[in-house]
Amino acid sequence: MPAAVTVDDLRKSYGQIEAVRGISFEIEQGEVFGLLGPNGAGKTTTVEVLEGYRTRDGGAVSVLGADPQQAGADWRDRIGIVLQSSAMYPNLTVCEHVALFAGYFSHPRDVDEVVDLVGLAEKRDARVKSLSGGQMRRLDLALGLIGDPEILFLDEPTTGFDPAARRAAWGMIRSLRELGKTVLLTTHYLDEAEQLADRVAVLREGRIVALGKPEELTGRQVATEIRYRENGREVLLETYEPTKALHELTGDALARGIELESLQVRRPTLEEIYLELTESADE
Amino acid sequence: MHQLRNEQRLYWRSHELAFFTFLFPVLIFVLLGSVYGNDRIKSEHGLKGSSYLLAGMLGYGVASTAFAGLAIILVIRRESGVMKRLRGTPLPAWAYVAAMLISAIFVFAIEVVILLVLAKALFDVPFPTHVFSLVLALLLGALAFAAMGIGLTTVIRSAEGSSAVVNAVYLPLAFLAGSFWSPHAYPRFLEVIADVLPLTYFIRMVRDIVLRDGEIWNEGTAVAVIAAWGALGLYFAIRRFRWEPRDA
Repeated sequence: MPAAVTVDDLRKSYGQIEAVRGISFEIEQGEVFGLLGPNGAGKTTTVEVLEGYRTRDGGAVSVLGADPQQAGADWRDRIGIVLQSSAMYPNLTVCEHVALFAGYFSHPRDVDEVVDLVGLAEKRDARVKSLSGGQMRRLDLALGLIGDPEILFLDEPTTGFDPAARRAAWGMIRSLRELGKTVLLTTHYLDEAEQLADRVAVLREGRIVALGKPEELTGRQVATEIRYRENGREVLLETYEPTKALHELTGDALARGIELESLQVRRPTLEEIYLELTESADE
Repeated sequence: MHQLRNEQRLYWRSHELAFFTFLFPVLIFVLLGSVYGNDRIKSEHGLKGSSYLLAGMLGYGVASTAFAGLAIILVIRRESGVMKRLRGTPLPAWAYVAAMLISAIFVFAIEVVILLVLAKALFDVPFPTHVFSLVLALLLGALAFAAMGIGLTTVIRSAEGSSAVVNAVYLPLAFLAGSFWSPHAYPRFLEVIADVLPLTYFIRMVRDIVLRDGEIWNEGTAVAVIAAWGALGLYFAIRRFRWEPRDA
Protein backbone atom coordinates (compact mmCIF):
# COMPACT_ATOMS: atom_id res chain seq x y z
CA MET A 1 0.00 0.00 0.00
CA PRO A 2 1.49 3.38 -0.95
CA ALA A 3 2.01 5.92 1.81
CA ALA A 4 -0.82 8.39 2.36
CA VAL A 5 1.64 11.26 2.80
CA THR A 6 5.24 11.57 1.65
CA VAL A 7 7.35 14.57 2.59
CA ASP A 8 10.90 14.78 1.29
CA ASP A 9 13.24 17.60 2.33
CA LEU A 10 10.45 20.16 2.65
CA ARG A 11 11.60 23.76 3.00
CA LYS A 12 9.65 26.95 3.55
CA SER A 13 10.74 30.48 4.47
CA TYR A 14 8.81 33.63 5.23
CA GLY A 15 11.13 36.43 4.20
CA GLN A 16 14.28 35.99 6.27
CA ILE A 17 12.75 33.45 8.61
CA GLU A 18 13.23 29.79 7.75
CA ALA A 19 10.11 28.17 9.19
CA VAL A 20 10.78 24.67 7.87
CA ARG A 21 14.37 23.65 7.15
CA GLY A 22 14.30 20.39 5.24
CA ILE A 23 12.09 17.81 6.89
CA SER A 24 11.20 14.33 5.62
CA PHE A 25 8.66 11.79 6.83
CA GLU A 26 6.02 9.39 5.56
CA ILE A 27 2.57 8.60 6.89
CA GLU A 28 1.09 5.19 6.18
CA GLN A 29 -2.55 4.74 5.32
CA GLY A 30 -4.65 4.34 8.44
CA GLU A 31 -1.90 5.71 10.64
CA VAL A 32 -2.33 8.44 13.24
CA PHE A 33 0.76 10.60 12.95
CA GLY A 34 1.63 13.34 15.42
CA LEU A 35 3.69 16.45 14.74
CA LEU A 36 4.87 17.58 18.14
CA GLY A 37 6.74 20.72 19.02
CA PRO A 38 6.64 24.06 20.77
CA ASN A 39 5.01 27.11 19.19
CA GLY A 40 6.96 28.37 16.22
CA ALA A 41 8.60 25.01 15.48
CA GLY A 42 7.04 24.85 12.00
CA LYS A 43 4.12 22.50 12.66
CA THR A 44 1.39 24.66 11.18
CA THR A 45 3.51 25.65 8.21
CA THR A 46 4.14 21.98 7.46
CA VAL A 47 0.46 21.08 7.75
CA GLU A 48 -0.63 24.03 5.63
CA VAL A 49 1.76 22.99 2.87
CA LEU A 50 0.21 19.51 2.97
CA GLU A 51 -3.30 20.98 2.90
CA GLY A 52 -2.46 23.02 -0.19
CA TYR A 53 -2.68 26.43 1.48
CA ARG A 54 0.99 27.30 1.12
CA THR A 55 3.51 26.89 -1.62
CA ARG A 56 6.82 25.32 -0.62
CA ASP A 57 10.25 26.70 -1.37
CA GLY A 58 11.91 23.34 -1.77
CA GLY A 59 11.49 19.57 -1.51
CA ALA A 60 8.77 17.20 -2.67
CA VAL A 61 5.37 16.57 -1.12
CA SER A 62 2.69 14.05 -1.98
CA VAL A 63 -0.69 13.66 -0.29
CA LEU A 64 -2.93 10.80 -1.50
CA GLY A 65 -0.71 10.58 -4.56
CA ALA A 66 -1.07 14.23 -5.58
CA ASP A 67 0.97 17.39 -5.13
CA PRO A 68 -1.19 19.63 -2.89
CA GLN A 69 0.11 22.71 -4.69
CA GLN A 70 -1.51 21.61 -7.94
CA ALA A 71 -4.33 19.39 -6.76
CA GLY A 72 -7.91 20.41 -7.52
CA ALA A 73 -11.44 19.83 -6.31
CA ASP A 74 -11.27 16.02 -6.75
CA TRP A 75 -8.37 15.89 -4.33
CA ARG A 76 -10.06 18.22 -1.84
CA ASP A 77 -13.05 15.90 -1.92
CA ARG A 78 -10.84 13.25 -0.27
CA ILE A 79 -9.25 15.30 2.49
CA GLY A 80 -10.64 16.84 5.66
CA ILE A 81 -9.17 19.92 7.29
CA VAL A 82 -9.55 21.22 10.81
CA LEU A 83 -7.68 24.53 11.01
CA GLN A 84 -6.31 26.10 14.14
CA SER A 85 -8.93 28.83 14.20
CA SER A 86 -12.65 28.09 14.30
CA ALA A 87 -14.04 30.35 11.62
CA MET A 88 -17.75 30.01 10.94
CA TYR A 89 -20.90 31.90 10.10
CA PRO A 90 -22.19 33.17 13.47
CA ASN A 91 -25.81 33.20 12.31
CA LEU A 92 -26.08 29.59 11.14
CA THR A 93 -27.04 26.74 13.43
CA VAL A 94 -24.85 23.69 14.06
CA CYS A 95 -26.90 21.48 11.76
CA GLU A 96 -27.12 24.08 9.02
CA HIS A 97 -23.35 24.38 9.05
CA VAL A 98 -22.78 20.68 8.79
CA ALA A 99 -25.44 20.34 6.09
CA LEU A 100 -23.94 23.26 4.16
CA PHE A 101 -20.50 21.69 4.14
CA ALA A 102 -21.99 18.29 3.32
CA GLY A 103 -23.18 19.88 0.09
CA TYR A 104 -19.60 20.64 -0.97
CA PHE A 105 -18.53 16.98 -1.02
CA SER A 106 -19.48 14.20 -3.40
CA HIS A 107 -19.93 11.45 -0.78
CA PRO A 108 -20.75 13.16 2.51
CA ARG A 109 -21.54 11.30 5.69
CA ASP A 110 -24.94 11.61 7.30
CA VAL A 111 -25.35 15.04 8.93
CA ASP A 112 -27.11 13.81 12.09
CA GLU A 113 -24.63 10.99 12.52
CA VAL A 114 -21.67 13.37 12.40
CA VAL A 115 -23.32 15.84 14.76
CA ASP A 116 -23.89 12.95 17.18
CA LEU A 117 -20.35 11.69 16.75
CA VAL A 118 -18.82 14.98 17.92
CA GLY A 119 -21.28 15.18 20.79
CA LEU A 120 -23.28 18.19 19.66
CA ALA A 121 -26.66 16.49 19.36
CA GLU A 122 -28.12 18.70 22.08
CA LYS A 123 -26.87 21.83 20.35
CA ARG A 124 -27.93 20.87 16.84
CA ASP A 125 -30.30 23.83 16.42
CA ALA A 126 -28.21 26.37 18.35
CA ARG A 127 -26.69 29.23 16.40
CA VAL A 128 -22.93 29.14 16.22
CA LYS A 129 -22.50 32.45 18.03
CA SER A 130 -24.04 30.90 21.16
CA LEU A 131 -21.56 28.00 21.34
CA SER A 132 -18.67 27.78 23.80
CA GLY A 133 -15.08 27.51 22.61
CA GLY A 134 -15.00 23.75 23.13
CA GLN A 135 -18.28 23.30 21.30
CA MET A 136 -16.98 25.39 18.39
CA ARG A 137 -13.97 23.11 18.20
CA ARG A 138 -16.22 20.07 18.08
CA LEU A 139 -18.21 21.65 15.29
CA ASP A 140 -14.87 22.26 13.57
CA LEU A 141 -14.15 18.57 13.78
CA ALA A 142 -17.62 17.78 12.43
CA LEU A 143 -16.95 20.01 9.41
CA GLY A 144 -13.64 18.23 8.85
CA LEU A 145 -15.36 14.83 8.97
CA ILE A 146 -18.53 15.50 7.02
CA GLY A 147 -16.94 14.84 3.62
CA ASP A 148 -15.91 11.34 4.80
CA PRO A 149 -12.24 12.09 4.01
CA GLU A 150 -9.52 9.49 3.56
CA ILE A 151 -7.10 11.71 5.45
CA LEU A 152 -7.85 14.24 8.15
CA PHE A 153 -5.57 17.12 9.14
CA LEU A 154 -6.03 18.30 12.71
CA ASP A 155 -4.10 21.42 13.67
CA GLU A 156 -3.98 21.60 17.48
CA PRO A 157 -7.42 20.06 17.91
CA THR A 158 -7.61 20.40 21.69
CA THR A 159 -5.77 23.65 22.43
CA GLY A 160 -7.81 25.59 24.97
CA PHE A 161 -9.91 22.59 26.07
CA ASP A 162 -10.66 21.76 29.67
CA PRO A 163 -9.51 18.27 30.73
CA ALA A 164 -12.92 16.65 30.26
CA ALA A 165 -13.32 18.09 26.77
CA ARG A 166 -9.83 16.87 25.88
CA ARG A 167 -10.68 13.33 26.96
CA ALA A 168 -13.81 13.48 24.83
CA ALA A 169 -11.87 14.75 21.82
CA TRP A 170 -9.28 12.01 22.25
CA GLY A 171 -12.07 9.45 22.23
CA MET A 172 -13.31 10.88 18.94
CA ILE A 173 -9.87 10.83 17.36
CA ARG A 174 -9.38 7.21 18.45
CA SER A 175 -12.68 6.33 16.83
CA LEU A 176 -11.34 7.81 13.59
CA ARG A 177 -8.52 5.32 13.66
CA GLU A 178 -11.08 2.55 13.98
CA LEU A 179 -12.74 3.89 10.84
CA GLY A 180 -9.40 3.38 9.08
CA LYS A 181 -8.76 7.08 8.51
CA THR A 182 -5.29 8.48 8.17
CA VAL A 183 -4.84 11.34 10.62
CA LEU A 184 -2.13 13.99 10.82
CA LEU A 185 -2.33 15.76 14.12
CA THR A 186 -0.25 18.65 15.42
CA THR A 187 -0.02 19.36 19.09
CA HIS A 188 2.23 20.89 21.68
CA TYR A 189 0.86 18.55 24.31
CA LEU A 190 3.00 15.51 24.89
CA ASP A 191 0.38 13.42 26.57
CA GLU A 192 -1.83 14.02 23.57
CA ALA A 193 0.78 12.72 21.15
CA GLU A 194 1.52 9.81 23.50
CA GLN A 195 -2.17 8.93 23.83
CA LEU A 196 -3.20 9.23 20.21
CA ALA A 197 -0.36 8.93 17.76
CA ASP A 198 1.05 5.71 16.31
CA ARG A 199 4.19 7.63 15.48
CA VAL A 200 5.45 11.05 16.46
CA ALA A 201 7.83 13.50 14.82
CA VAL A 202 9.26 16.06 17.23
CA LEU A 203 9.92 19.41 15.53
CA ARG A 204 12.24 22.09 16.74
CA GLU A 205 13.13 25.21 14.79
CA GLY A 206 11.96 23.75 11.52
CA ARG A 207 13.80 20.43 11.84
CA ILE A 208 12.74 16.97 12.94
CA VAL A 209 14.81 16.15 16.03
CA ALA A 210 13.19 12.80 16.77
CA LEU A 211 10.87 10.44 14.89
CA GLY A 212 9.33 7.18 16.00
CA LYS A 213 6.73 5.44 18.09
CA PRO A 214 6.04 7.22 21.36
CA GLU A 215 7.41 4.23 23.31
CA GLU A 216 10.54 4.13 21.16
CA LEU A 217 11.16 7.79 21.83
CA THR A 218 10.77 7.08 25.52
CA GLY A 219 13.02 4.05 25.33
CA ARG A 220 16.10 5.59 23.78
CA GLN A 221 18.73 8.18 24.40
CA VAL A 222 17.99 8.96 28.01
CA ALA A 223 19.30 6.66 30.70
CA THR A 224 17.11 4.94 33.24
CA GLU A 225 17.53 6.39 36.70
CA ILE A 226 18.00 4.32 39.85
CA ARG A 227 17.79 6.21 43.12
CA TYR A 228 18.17 5.09 46.71
CA ARG A 229 19.41 6.46 50.03
CA GLU A 230 22.49 5.18 51.80
CA ASN A 231 23.71 6.60 55.12
CA GLY A 232 21.32 9.53 54.71
CA ARG A 233 22.79 10.47 51.30
CA GLU A 234 20.85 10.14 48.07
CA VAL A 235 22.57 8.03 45.45
CA LEU A 236 21.67 8.37 41.76
CA LEU A 237 22.74 5.83 39.16
CA GLU A 238 22.12 6.42 35.46
CA THR A 239 22.32 3.35 33.30
CA TYR A 240 21.50 2.08 29.85
CA GLU A 241 21.27 -1.48 31.24
CA PRO A 242 18.81 -1.14 34.11
CA THR A 243 18.24 -4.89 34.59
CA LYS A 244 21.93 -5.65 35.05
CA ALA A 245 22.57 -2.60 37.23
CA LEU A 246 19.63 -3.34 39.44
CA HIS A 247 20.64 -7.00 39.84
CA GLU A 248 24.14 -6.05 40.90
CA LEU A 249 22.87 -3.39 43.26
CA THR A 250 20.30 -5.53 45.01
CA GLY A 251 22.63 -8.57 45.04
CA ASP A 252 25.26 -6.51 46.78
CA ALA A 253 22.75 -5.15 49.29
CA LEU A 254 21.47 -8.65 50.04
CA ALA A 255 25.00 -9.97 50.54
CA ARG A 256 25.71 -7.16 52.99
CA GLY A 257 22.33 -7.66 54.67
CA ILE A 258 21.21 -4.06 54.29
CA GLU A 259 18.02 -2.47 53.04
CA LEU A 260 18.21 0.06 50.20
CA GLU A 261 16.12 2.94 51.47
CA SER A 262 13.67 4.68 49.12
CA LEU A 263 14.68 2.55 46.16
CA GLN A 264 13.24 3.91 42.89
CA VAL A 265 13.64 2.88 39.28
CA ARG A 266 12.42 5.45 36.75
CA ARG A 267 12.31 5.61 33.04
CA PRO A 268 12.10 9.18 31.74
CA THR A 269 8.69 10.24 30.50
CA LEU A 270 8.16 11.45 26.96
CA GLU A 271 7.85 14.87 28.50
CA GLU A 272 11.43 14.87 29.73
CA ILE A 273 12.75 13.58 26.42
CA TYR A 274 10.72 16.20 24.64
CA LEU A 275 11.99 19.00 26.81
CA GLU A 276 15.53 17.80 26.34
CA LEU A 277 15.08 17.54 22.58
CA THR A 278 13.49 20.93 22.24
CA GLU A 279 15.72 22.83 24.62
CA SER A 280 19.18 21.32 24.78
CA ALA A 281 20.53 22.77 21.57
CA ASP A 282 19.46 26.30 22.45
CA GLU A 283 22.44 26.91 24.68
CA MET B 1 -27.85 26.48 -5.88
CA HIS B 2 -27.10 25.02 -2.49
CA GLN B 3 -24.62 27.79 -1.80
CA LEU B 4 -27.04 30.41 -3.10
CA ARG B 5 -29.76 29.38 -0.64
CA ASN B 6 -27.21 29.61 2.10
CA GLU B 7 -26.17 33.09 1.02
CA GLN B 8 -29.77 34.24 1.19
CA ARG B 9 -30.26 32.77 4.63
CA LEU B 10 -27.07 34.40 5.83
CA TYR B 11 -28.02 37.78 4.42
CA TRP B 12 -31.43 38.01 6.01
CA ARG B 13 -30.18 36.65 9.32
CA SER B 14 -27.58 39.33 9.76
CA HIS B 15 -30.12 41.95 10.65
CA GLU B 16 -27.80 44.94 10.79
CA LEU B 17 -26.44 44.38 7.34
CA ALA B 18 -29.84 43.67 5.85
CA PHE B 19 -31.17 46.83 7.44
CA PHE B 20 -28.48 49.13 6.19
CA THR B 21 -28.10 47.82 2.72
CA PHE B 22 -31.67 46.82 1.98
CA LEU B 23 -34.05 48.92 4.02
CA PHE B 24 -32.02 52.11 4.06
CA PRO B 25 -32.58 53.13 0.43
CA VAL B 26 -36.30 52.44 0.86
CA LEU B 27 -36.45 54.59 3.98
CA ILE B 28 -34.54 57.44 2.41
CA PHE B 29 -36.80 57.29 -0.60
CA VAL B 30 -39.91 57.69 1.54
CA LEU B 31 -38.26 60.35 3.68
CA LEU B 32 -36.84 62.56 0.95
CA GLY B 33 -39.87 61.85 -1.18
CA SER B 34 -42.12 63.37 1.44
CA VAL B 35 -39.83 66.39 1.71
CA TYR B 36 -39.69 67.40 -1.92
CA GLY B 37 -41.55 64.67 -3.78
CA ASN B 38 -44.22 67.00 -5.09
CA ASP B 39 -41.93 69.89 -5.97
CA ARG B 40 -40.96 70.55 -9.52
CA ILE B 41 -37.25 70.66 -10.24
CA LYS B 42 -36.48 73.57 -12.52
CA SER B 43 -33.02 72.45 -13.56
CA GLU B 44 -34.49 69.11 -14.68
CA HIS B 45 -37.12 70.70 -16.93
CA GLY B 46 -39.76 70.79 -14.26
CA LEU B 47 -39.53 67.05 -13.45
CA LYS B 48 -41.39 65.93 -10.36
CA GLY B 49 -39.11 65.52 -7.34
CA SER B 50 -40.29 62.02 -6.52
CA SER B 51 -39.73 60.77 -10.06
CA TYR B 52 -36.27 62.21 -9.99
CA LEU B 53 -35.60 60.64 -6.63
CA LEU B 54 -36.74 57.19 -7.77
CA ALA B 55 -33.86 56.91 -10.23
CA GLY B 56 -31.45 58.23 -7.63
CA MET B 57 -32.61 55.63 -5.15
CA LEU B 58 -32.30 52.80 -7.66
CA GLY B 59 -28.70 53.93 -8.04
CA TYR B 60 -28.22 54.17 -4.31
CA GLY B 61 -29.78 50.73 -3.98
CA VAL B 62 -27.35 49.13 -6.40
CA ALA B 63 -24.43 50.79 -4.64
CA SER B 64 -25.60 49.65 -1.23
CA THR B 65 -26.57 46.04 -1.99
CA ALA B 66 -24.21 45.01 -4.78
CA PHE B 67 -21.25 47.21 -3.86
CA ALA B 68 -21.23 48.03 -0.15
CA GLY B 69 -23.05 44.95 1.15
CA LEU B 70 -20.97 42.52 -0.86
CA ALA B 71 -17.67 44.21 0.00
CA ILE B 72 -18.39 44.27 3.73
CA ILE B 73 -19.49 40.62 3.85
CA LEU B 74 -16.48 39.52 1.87
CA VAL B 75 -13.95 41.32 4.07
CA ILE B 76 -15.54 40.06 7.28
CA ARG B 77 -15.52 36.50 5.97
CA ARG B 78 -11.97 36.76 4.77
CA GLU B 79 -10.61 38.22 7.99
CA SER B 80 -12.52 35.81 10.21
CA GLY B 81 -11.06 32.87 8.29
CA VAL B 82 -14.29 31.60 6.74
CA MET B 83 -12.86 32.06 3.25
CA LYS B 84 -9.77 30.09 4.17
CA ARG B 85 -11.90 27.25 5.43
CA LEU B 86 -14.02 27.27 2.27
CA ARG B 87 -10.90 27.05 0.21
CA GLY B 88 -10.13 23.74 1.88
CA THR B 89 -13.34 22.23 0.51
CA PRO B 90 -14.03 21.05 -3.04
CA LEU B 91 -16.37 24.01 -3.60
CA PRO B 92 -14.94 25.85 -6.62
CA ALA B 93 -14.14 29.54 -6.11
CA TRP B 94 -16.29 30.61 -9.04
CA ALA B 95 -19.33 28.86 -7.56
CA TYR B 96 -18.84 30.69 -4.31
CA VAL B 97 -18.40 34.10 -5.89
CA ALA B 98 -21.32 33.44 -8.24
CA ALA B 99 -23.57 32.53 -5.32
CA MET B 100 -22.65 35.73 -3.52
CA LEU B 101 -23.22 37.77 -6.66
CA ILE B 102 -26.56 36.23 -7.53
CA SER B 103 -27.63 36.58 -3.94
CA ALA B 104 -26.80 40.30 -4.00
CA ILE B 105 -28.63 40.73 -7.31
CA PHE B 106 -31.64 38.91 -5.91
CA VAL B 107 -31.77 41.23 -2.91
CA PHE B 108 -31.41 44.21 -5.20
CA ALA B 109 -34.25 42.95 -7.42
CA ILE B 110 -36.63 42.79 -4.46
CA GLU B 111 -35.53 46.28 -3.54
CA VAL B 112 -36.25 47.58 -7.04
CA VAL B 113 -39.76 46.17 -6.99
CA ILE B 114 -40.45 47.72 -3.59
CA LEU B 115 -39.12 51.09 -4.74
CA LEU B 116 -41.21 51.05 -7.92
CA VAL B 117 -44.37 50.07 -6.08
CA LEU B 118 -43.80 52.68 -3.37
CA ALA B 119 -43.14 55.35 -5.98
CA LYS B 120 -46.41 54.48 -7.70
CA ALA B 121 -48.45 54.25 -4.49
CA LEU B 122 -47.10 57.24 -2.61
CA PHE B 123 -46.08 59.68 -5.31
CA ASP B 124 -47.98 58.50 -8.35
CA VAL B 125 -44.84 57.89 -10.44
CA PRO B 126 -45.91 55.75 -13.42
CA PHE B 127 -44.27 52.34 -13.94
CA PRO B 128 -41.54 52.38 -16.58
CA THR B 129 -42.57 51.36 -20.08
CA HIS B 130 -39.36 49.71 -21.21
CA VAL B 131 -39.09 47.03 -18.58
CA PHE B 132 -36.59 44.95 -20.54
CA SER B 133 -34.24 47.91 -20.94
CA LEU B 134 -34.56 48.67 -17.25
CA VAL B 135 -33.77 45.09 -16.24
CA LEU B 136 -30.72 45.06 -18.50
CA ALA B 137 -29.54 48.41 -17.14
CA LEU B 138 -29.99 47.34 -13.52
CA LEU B 139 -28.26 44.03 -14.17
CA LEU B 140 -25.31 45.76 -15.78
CA GLY B 141 -25.13 48.11 -12.81
CA ALA B 142 -25.35 45.31 -10.27
CA LEU B 143 -22.59 43.27 -11.96
CA ALA B 144 -20.30 46.26 -12.41
CA PHE B 145 -20.76 47.48 -8.85
CA ALA B 146 -20.33 44.00 -7.46
CA ALA B 147 -17.03 43.71 -9.36
CA MET B 148 -15.95 47.08 -7.95
CA GLY B 149 -17.00 45.95 -4.48
CA ILE B 150 -14.88 42.81 -4.70
CA GLY B 151 -12.06 44.90 -6.13
CA LEU B 152 -12.32 47.28 -3.19
CA THR B 153 -11.95 44.42 -0.68
CA THR B 154 -8.41 43.85 -1.89
CA VAL B 155 -7.29 47.15 -0.37
CA ILE B 156 -9.15 46.77 2.93
CA ARG B 157 -6.94 45.35 5.63
CA SER B 158 -9.22 44.45 8.50
CA ALA B 159 -12.77 43.46 9.32
CA GLU B 160 -13.06 46.45 11.65
CA GLY B 161 -12.14 48.80 8.84
CA SER B 162 -14.44 47.26 6.26
CA SER B 163 -17.62 49.19 6.92
CA ALA B 164 -15.67 52.40 7.55
CA VAL B 165 -13.81 52.19 4.25
CA VAL B 166 -16.84 51.04 2.31
CA ASN B 167 -19.03 53.82 3.73
CA ALA B 168 -16.32 56.38 3.09
CA VAL B 169 -16.36 55.34 -0.55
CA TYR B 170 -19.97 54.80 -1.33
CA LEU B 171 -21.73 57.57 0.62
CA PRO B 172 -19.80 60.39 -1.09
CA LEU B 173 -20.25 58.46 -4.33
CA ALA B 174 -24.01 58.44 -3.91
CA PHE B 175 -23.98 62.07 -2.82
CA LEU B 176 -21.91 63.25 -5.78
CA ALA B 177 -23.81 61.18 -8.28
CA GLY B 178 -27.05 62.82 -7.26
CA SER B 179 -28.78 59.93 -5.53
CA PHE B 180 -30.47 62.18 -3.01
CA TRP B 181 -31.14 65.36 -4.97
CA SER B 182 -30.26 67.04 -8.20
CA PRO B 183 -26.53 67.74 -8.47
CA HIS B 184 -27.09 70.72 -10.71
CA ALA B 185 -26.57 73.17 -7.88
CA TYR B 186 -23.20 71.60 -6.98
CA PRO B 187 -20.06 73.71 -7.44
CA ARG B 188 -18.12 73.15 -10.62
CA PHE B 189 -15.35 71.00 -9.14
CA LEU B 190 -17.82 68.55 -7.63
CA GLU B 191 -19.49 68.22 -10.98
CA VAL B 192 -16.17 67.44 -12.59
CA ILE B 193 -15.53 64.67 -10.08
CA ALA B 194 -19.07 63.36 -10.47
CA ASP B 195 -18.54 63.26 -14.22
CA VAL B 196 -16.09 60.38 -14.01
CA LEU B 197 -17.93 58.33 -11.40
CA PRO B 198 -19.84 55.24 -12.52
CA LEU B 199 -22.85 55.90 -10.30
CA THR B 200 -23.49 59.24 -12.02
CA TYR B 201 -23.82 57.48 -15.33
CA PHE B 202 -25.85 54.69 -13.87
CA ILE B 203 -28.39 57.07 -12.36
CA ARG B 204 -28.52 59.15 -15.54
CA MET B 205 -29.15 56.03 -17.60
CA VAL B 206 -31.82 54.68 -15.25
CA ARG B 207 -33.51 58.07 -15.16
CA ASP B 208 -33.69 58.19 -18.94
CA ILE B 209 -35.18 54.71 -19.06
CA VAL B 210 -37.63 55.11 -16.19
CA LEU B 211 -38.79 58.65 -16.80
CA ARG B 212 -38.11 59.53 -20.40
CA ASP B 213 -39.00 56.31 -22.17
CA GLY B 214 -35.36 55.76 -23.04
CA GLU B 215 -33.82 52.43 -24.09
CA ILE B 216 -30.51 51.01 -22.95
CA TRP B 217 -29.09 50.89 -26.48
CA ASN B 218 -29.34 54.67 -26.70
CA GLU B 219 -27.11 55.03 -23.67
CA GLY B 220 -23.78 54.04 -25.20
CA THR B 221 -21.60 56.36 -23.11
CA ALA B 222 -23.19 55.36 -19.84
CA VAL B 223 -22.92 51.65 -20.60
CA ALA B 224 -19.29 52.07 -21.64
CA VAL B 225 -18.30 54.04 -18.51
CA ILE B 226 -20.06 51.62 -16.14
CA ALA B 227 -18.58 48.61 -17.90
CA ALA B 228 -15.11 50.17 -17.79
CA TRP B 229 -15.35 50.72 -14.02
CA GLY B 230 -16.65 47.21 -13.63
CA ALA B 231 -13.71 45.86 -15.60
CA LEU B 232 -11.30 47.85 -13.43
CA GLY B 233 -12.89 46.36 -10.32
CA LEU B 234 -12.70 42.90 -11.83
CA TYR B 235 -9.03 43.38 -12.65
CA PHE B 236 -8.18 44.16 -9.03
CA ALA B 237 -10.54 41.47 -7.81
CA ILE B 238 -8.74 38.80 -9.81
CA ARG B 239 -5.21 40.10 -9.49
CA ARG B 240 -5.15 40.77 -5.77
CA PHE B 241 -7.83 38.54 -4.31
CA ARG B 242 -6.89 36.99 -0.97
CA TRP B 243 -8.48 34.00 0.74
CA GLU B 244 -6.72 34.33 4.01
CA PRO B 245 -6.74 36.95 6.71
CA ARG B 246 -3.77 39.27 6.88
CA ASP B 247 -1.05 38.12 9.31
CA ALA B 248 -2.42 34.69 9.96
